[in-house]
Amino acid sequence: MGSPQGGRLVRDTARTGDQWFRLLLAAMAAAVPFVIGTMVVALIAAAWPAILRFGARFLITTTWDPVASQFGVLSFVYGTVVSSALALLIAVPLGLGVSIFLSELVPGWLRTPISFLVELLAAIPSVVIGLWGIFVLVPWVRTTAEPALQASLGFLPLFRGPPLGLGLLTAGLILSVMVVPFVVAVSTAVMRAVPTAQREAAQALGATRWETTRTAVLPYARSGILGAIFLALARALGETMAVTMVIGNVAQIRVSLFAPAYTIPAVIANEFAEATGDLYVAALVYAGLVLLVVTVAMNALARLLVNRVVQGPSFIAE
Amino acid sequence: MPKQLEVRDVETHAPTLVGANTAVQTDDLHAWFDQLHALRGITLNVPERQVTAIIGPSGCGKSTFLRCLNRMHELVPSARVSGTVRVHDQDIYAPGIDPVLVRRRVGMVFQKPNPFPTMNIYDNVAAGVRLAGERDRRRLDDVVERSLRAAALWEEVKDRLRKPGTSLSGGQQQRLCIARALAVSPEVLLMDEPASALDPAATLRIEELARDLAKEITIVIVTHNMQQAARVSDVTGFFLGGQLVEFGPTNGLFTRPTDKRTEDYITGRFG
Repeated sequence: MGSPQGGRLVRDTARTGDQWFRLLLAAMAAAVPFVIGTMVVALIAAAWPAILRFGARFLITTTWDPVASQFGVLSFVYGTVVSSALALLIAVPLGLGVSIFLSELVPGWLRTPISFLVELLAAIPSVVIGLWGIFVLVPWVRTTAEPALQASLGFLPLFRGPPLGLGLLTAGLILSVMVVPFVVAVSTAVMRAVPTAQREAAQALGATRWETTRTAVLPYARSGILGAIFLALARALGETMAVTMVIGNVAQIRVSLFAPAYTIPAVIANEFAEATGDLYVAALVYAGLVLLVVTVAMNALARLLVNRVVQGPSFIAE
Repeated sequence: MPKQLEVRDVETHAPTLVGANTAVQTDDLHAWFDQLHALRGITLNVPERQVTAIIGPSGCGKSTFLRCLNRMHELVPSARVSGTVRVHDQDIYAPGIDPVLVRRRVGMVFQKPNPFPTMNIYDNVAAGVRLAGERDRRRLDDVVERSLRAAALWEEVKDRLRKPGTSLSGGQQQRLCIARALAVSPEVLLMDEPASALDPAATLRIEELARDLAKEITIVIVTHNMQQAARVSDVTGFFLGGQLVEFGPTNGLFTRPTDKRTEDYITGRFG
């Protein structure tokens, strides 16, 4: 304790330590966007020959013929989009069910272990899930799921053709397992961020548990849930290893979900090492660029939507 | 009436003292949050079609009491209740009673306006009736207009029923929430400090509204504002430490409190 009047308020030397510290932190913060920026520039540069040669046609043609130097990514885009869509079709209802259970129904002591287990699923390495896919999922799909689907829904072209096990359906299934934890984690968080006052408003009107969820919780959390879906989609689109192991890796577009297909990440992973010739490499990088743009857009959209719920309502009374 | 009534007598006779029937009757009502004994044996009779104010310092159990009257208290995990609550002679804690149906007869308005942000004004008011299964457009229109008129909001919103409920001012939002509660035709309306988030002008409107509504239904209002209790209520109960200290006609309680603690509280010596 100094005397009440005696403390000096002027320094002899500037606080240089503070300035260095600030500079260092600013440099660290700038490093991440810098890496992303150079990554995009490098990708564009590496893809440049293919961009010049094929332009937008690259996106709408299916020929992938390294020998003839003809490249089009449409069949890979198709495989990527359809397997991801299938994954969402399965993972979104399942994940939302789990989230509603976790945020609205489960007794407190059970919530932590369940969400821990669900989130643990996200920690399993992709290649391990792929192995499980090859040894468990593929045989099951070939001998059980596909014959059953063909018998019951075979009138739809989607479920026709020889049951191979390796194909779009299996890829969709394995992807759904991988994205469920994302759907659950994000939508549980946004549902739990719904103010108690909203639930009580519904309950005081005589709403049951489910009616409260339907009228108060889900509408309030809807943009966050949409964000969870986009996040899952971005994850599914970019997933490489597990999908490559079960999708069959045939560059084709078939209506049947039983048919083998190919995805953008899979073709890059499989062919990059043996790609000969500048144009071939450039075409693969160009495909990667397409994937990057799509997934970054999905992620950005997801974040925007989730923040709108979590940061709280800008719309509640003054 | 004798000069010094026993507290116990006042509790049960309050309705007769203001010339009303009993709408809600609690007997030895206890409530807990986990280990916390929040209500310690409340016995009182709420008069029908009157405004009953519950006052007391923070943490005295007044909101908990309110939430026991429509079985909202038990929605908090680890909350417990014992004793009886009768609403028009029906024990709402009896076995086989569905709390969901209780809450349609005993409505509630909360501290902060909580309209459903994704619904427009019309849908907010209609929400409870729709939950009860009403789908007929004409009847819904009727209920919405009647409830908004009852909540003194109709004239202000009739031309913008399709605008979001949250586009209204705070006071209007609270009246919207009152309209939403009235739409399911409750017999009793519980108001938990309904004006504590509002400015003085909006507060007065809510108070006038409570007085008007009491012509038709029974109102129980929790407030930390003694002037508000004096302005709005016919009967007042003073809670302290989870117990009912004094309960009787508002005039008498504020001018001639029978308990020293009531006197200390209303003269501002604590609280």
